[in-house]
This record gives sequence, structure tokens and C-alpha cells, in this order.
Amino acid sequence: MIAAPAASASVPAVRFAGVVRHFGAVKAADGVDLAVAPGEFFAMLGPSGSGKTTCLRLIAGFEQPDAGHIEIFGETVEGLPPYRRAVNTVFQDYALFPHLSVGENVAYGLRVRGVGRAERERLAREALGLVKLGGMETRRPAQLSGGQRQRVALARALVLRPKVLLLDEPLGALDLKLREEMQVELKGLQRALGLTFVFVTHDQGEALSMADRVAVFNEGRIVQVGPPEEVYERPATRFVAGFVGAANVLSAQEAAALGAPARAASLRPEKIGLIGVNGVAPDGVAALEAEVIDVSYQGPVRRITTRTANGHVIAAAVPAAQTVDVGPGAKVRLAVPLGALHPMEGEG
Amino acid sequence: MSLAVDIPAPREGLSRRLSDLIVRRRGLLLLLLLVPPLLWLGIVYLGSLFVFLAQSIFSIDEFSGTIVYEPTLSTLVELFSPANFDILTRTVAIATVVTGLCALIGFPVAYYAARYAGPKAKAGFYLAVMMPLWSSYLVKVYGWKLLLAKEGAIGWFAQHLGLGGALEAWLALPVVGGPSLSVSYTGMVLTFTYLWLPFMILPVQAALERVPASLIEAAGDLGAGPGTVFRSVILPLAMPGVVAGAIFTFSLTLGDYIVPQIIGTSALVLGQAVYTLQGTAGNIPLAAAFSLVPILVMALFLTLAKKMGAFDAL
Repeated sequence: MIAAPAASASVPAVRFAGVVRHFGAVKAADGVDLAVAPGEFFAMLGPSGSGKTTCLRLIAGFEQPDAGHIEIFGETVEGLPPYRRAVNTVFQDYALFPHLSVGENVAYGLRVRGVGRAERERLAREALGLVKLGGMETRRPAQLSGGQRQRVALARALVLRPKVLLLDEPLGALDLKLREEMQVELKGLQRALGLTFVFVTHDQGEALSMADRVAVFNEGRIVQVGPPEEVYERPATRFVAGFVGAANVLSAQEAAALGAPARAASLRPEKIGLIGVNGVAPDGVAALEAEVIDVSYQGPVRRITTRTANGHVIAAAVPAAQTVDVGPGAKVRLAVPLGALHPMEGEG
Repeated sequence: MSLAVDIPAPREGLSRRLSDLIVRRRGLLLLLLLVPPLLWLGIVYLGSLFVFLAQSIFSIDEFSGTIVYEPTLSTLVELFSPANFDILTRTVAIATVVTGLCALIGFPVAYYAARYAGPKAKAGFYLAVMMPLWSSYLVKVYGWKLLLAKEGAIGWFAQHLGLGGALEAWLALPVVGGPSLSVSYTGMVLTFTYLWLPFMILPVQAALERVPASLIEAAGDLGAGPGTVFRSVILPLAMPGVVAGAIFTFSLTLGDYIVPQIIGTSALVLGQAVYTLQGTAGNIPLAAAFSLVPILVMALFLTLAKKMGAFDAL
């Protein structure tokens, strides 16, 4: 299910065709097909062990496929070692060389390529300026904070102007505020440099907010690829619905009972409203009797967990500004707009 | 589970009150922990060493053979007499070659154990490296004497592999050669290398274990081929381990007096000199002066290693 955007009529930046990589009995990549368009910010999203990191390592060359075909800008790369590929990686643990200064770390790739000292110092300074670490050249990685190390790792990869930049959960170790800052900055850098970014994350918020397209991985396979809105609004499977922003999943019977087509469907909590016990649902909105189990305040929204008469648990998220005078045990009527029910295929 | 169950508070006692004291005063705990080893190290160990080394500023009366307790530099100057200086250079040269060989043989073994060996292979590796240390030092040295002897296993193998000529040619060389391997510097170096190899392998392996695999991947990712990765990342990061191993192999060789006696040539090495001087000759001051040399050599070695950036990765 490759859905390359129309803009990528040219050669894809990265192409996988039936790529398989097994570790013993574990199928880390089990027939992966994908095409990343040049200049795209492509996120690979999935829980740990879903194969997303293995796919990144297959692009970098740290792993070789057991079967299938991998191309980077049209060039076949199976069998090519990492040092012969025009891609660079930002590692999860940053992997900065502890015995080299920040400047030497950034210049490492240039030194290996035989770039002269003056030129590589200039380029390293420039790259460090790009990630707002100008003047830090002589520091040691151990003297930097986590966020700064992350920027050095980014500069070290960017200084080589890779055709594809691979990022392996680069923001995982940062605290929330820094992470949000870096998200904006990474996106800005990607746009400014026009590079192709392939970004691995298990954080759905990160994938949705940064990527042009998201590939959702599960058990070594891609279960859905598409723009963030599509993946979020119209999850293809039960797994995607549950993993990308916890959605309620209704069985075919439940959907039918509400007056929707009799197919399993996903329903985002924020689409559900509350109507008073005696309130009347407007047209196109089904009312569902339920009992409140728990109400939790989450800042922008209040999450109301309810149980329907037949024991199904459904969560609703209502704006926190809206006063809700219900507590555990209260009887409520949930307002479910039928248009918000998104039918899904398969169980995957 | 009922919430009404009455759980008694822990009983008060002397040991609990002592614990309170120690928890409140961390200095006290530190003191209790450190006093015994400091007493041992500071007084028994370093104290006696310094008392012995201090003897080097005295001299011996040539006629009576008694020690003259007047501070003088003459004993230290005596180290530079041709015969004594010969002993020093010979010993340092042997120790250098042994250390180099240990590093050369030990590094690949340590690298394999740190990077490639699975849990089972690693257990086997530790066993294989440590096992020689369980048997008697003397037995091993005599074992090597038999291996190195003219009719020994090494000569036999060389003969049957058609390398008898090469062995003869090696023994005919000046300095490293001799009538047989068992009475040559070559034999001495081989035996030392065998004896001290575990002391090189273990620290190098420990240093390599601490190099994250991602660093090696990162170097490759940035375009470095395997050789460059080794030179620019692995070796510098393993250097503290190599230096630690070299401290062992170097100082153990500098101080040994049994191997040269059993296997070496008739020329003395430092350990033998100290042994004879403080024993039969009764020249404690000169023995002490000789003993200063390994300490100075090690200090020089560490300074050089630090200058060359061996500890940058620490």
C-alpha cells in the first residue's frame, strides 16, 4: 500500500520492495514496501519491536536485508556498507565521540573524506551555527547538556549534506519543552535545506506534528501510510486506531445499533459530546446511554470514561472550558455524530 | 485486604540506633570504611616501601661492608656505571618488547571477546584467559624451559614443519639469539609474554566493552572505512585499557628475577641485581637505588601516555 504523493513522479529518495529482515525467529521487517519522496519529511511510527528501527538501519546499511530490494535515489544499495551510502544518521544516543571536541566531532566526516583542515573547520562552524551552537567548537561532548548533544549529532550529520537524513528517535531523551522546540526546529531545518528526512519515533504526537507522511508499523509490516490527517482521521485498521491517538473502536453491531453501517468503526474521543439526560440529539447525531466511570482533567480537555449498557467502554474528550457537572456513577448521554464513525478493514 | 490491621513498628535496638548514627553522619561511615585499608596501604605498604627506597641515599663501606648512614648521592650515581647501566637498559628493553608483544597478541583477543563473543563464548574466554593464572608460576616457567629447550616441543615442531633452518638462523642472530631458545633473550621474552598476557587482555577487554556499538556505527555512517574507524575511534577509546595493561606487563617484567634466572642468558636483569645486592652482597643502598628505577620508568611512561592523549577518553 504505497501512496507516494503525486509530486514524486521522479525517482523516490528511498524505495523498499518486499524487504525482509529476520533475527532468528523474530521478523523485524516482514515484507516492507515503501517509497519516500525526495524532500519529504517521512515518519516511521510504531511501538517498540514493530520493525521501524530495523527499516531505518536497513537504509543506513547497518543491517542487510534477507530478501527484497532497497534503493536510495535509484541506486541499489543491498550489500553496500554504511560508509558507501549517501545517507547519514542521527543516533538515539547521539553517539558523539567522547575523545573528540565538538568541532572535531562535526568535522569527523569531512576529515575522513580528506577535506583540508581550514575548509573543514569552516564547514563545521557553519553547521554548528545552523543548529545554534556557534562558539562551542572546543567543548567536549561530556560538557554539553542532552539537548546540545542532540544538536551536535544533527550538525555532524548535516555537515555532509546527506541525500537522506535518518533520525532514530532523536528527541526521545529530551524533556517535553525541549522536545517541542526541537520539533519546530527540525521541521524548519528540513524545509530550509530541502533534504529528505526519515524519522523513526514511537511518539504519535511527534509523528503527526512533524511529518509530511506517516508510515505506521506493526509486527514488521507497514499497516498504513499517509498524511498525518489521513492516518489520524481515517485509521485503516483497529491497530492504527488504537495506536495513533487512542480511539474508541466500535464493533459492527455497536455501529449498527447507532444507525451507522454495520462495520467495525473507529471513533475519536474528541468527536463525542455530552447531552443532558433529557436532551435531544440533533439530526445525524446518535445518542448513547452510558454511565461515567472516571473523569480526568488533562489541561485542554476533560477525558470522560464511560461504560455503555452492554458493558463497552467509551472515552469522550470534552473541552475543559465546558463545565461538566458529572462524576463517577452519573448517567450521561453521549452525542455521537455518525459522520465521525470511520469504518475500518481487517483486524491488523 | 483490611485496612484496619495493626502493623507494629520495627523494634528498636542497639543496631538500629547505630544505623541511625551512621545514616545521619556520612563522614563516619566513610571513616569506618576507609581506616583499615588506609592503615594497611599507608603504613604497612607504602611506609615500608619508602623506608626501603630511602636507603638509596646512604652508601656502603667498601671494606667493612656496613651501611654508612650519611646522606650521599654516590649510590644513585653508581647506577650509571657501565655495568649497572647495562642492566637497566637491558631490563627496560626486554620489558618494552614484552609489553609490545602482549598488546599485539592481546588486543585481537580482547576485541573478539568484547565485540563478537556471545555469553557462552565469553564465559569460555574468561576461563581460558584466567586459567593459566591458577597454576603455579614456577611450574609454568619450567614448562616453558622444556618447550624452549633444544630437544623441546618448539624445536621439534620447527623441524617437522621444515622450519628448523629458520630457527637456526634466528638463533644465530646477535643479541636475540643464543645456543638454544631456552638460554636466549627470545626465550625470555616469549616466557614473559606468556606469563603476563592475561594482565593485558583483561583491561583492554574492559575498555573495549565500554565503547558503545553506536560509536562504531556512527563512524561508519560518517564515511569511515573499517581501518579508519579502528584508528580514529576504537583505538583511542581502548587506549586507557592498553595503558593499564602495559602498566602491568611492564612493571611485572621490570621486577621479575626468576624467569631470567631459569630461562635467560647469564647477563643480569634488574630484578636479579636487586635480589643479589640485598641478599648475598648485603648492599641494601644500591638495591634500593635499583628499585627506584622501575618507579621512575613507570612515572615517565604514564606522563608520556598522558601527553599523547591516552586518557582523553576517560
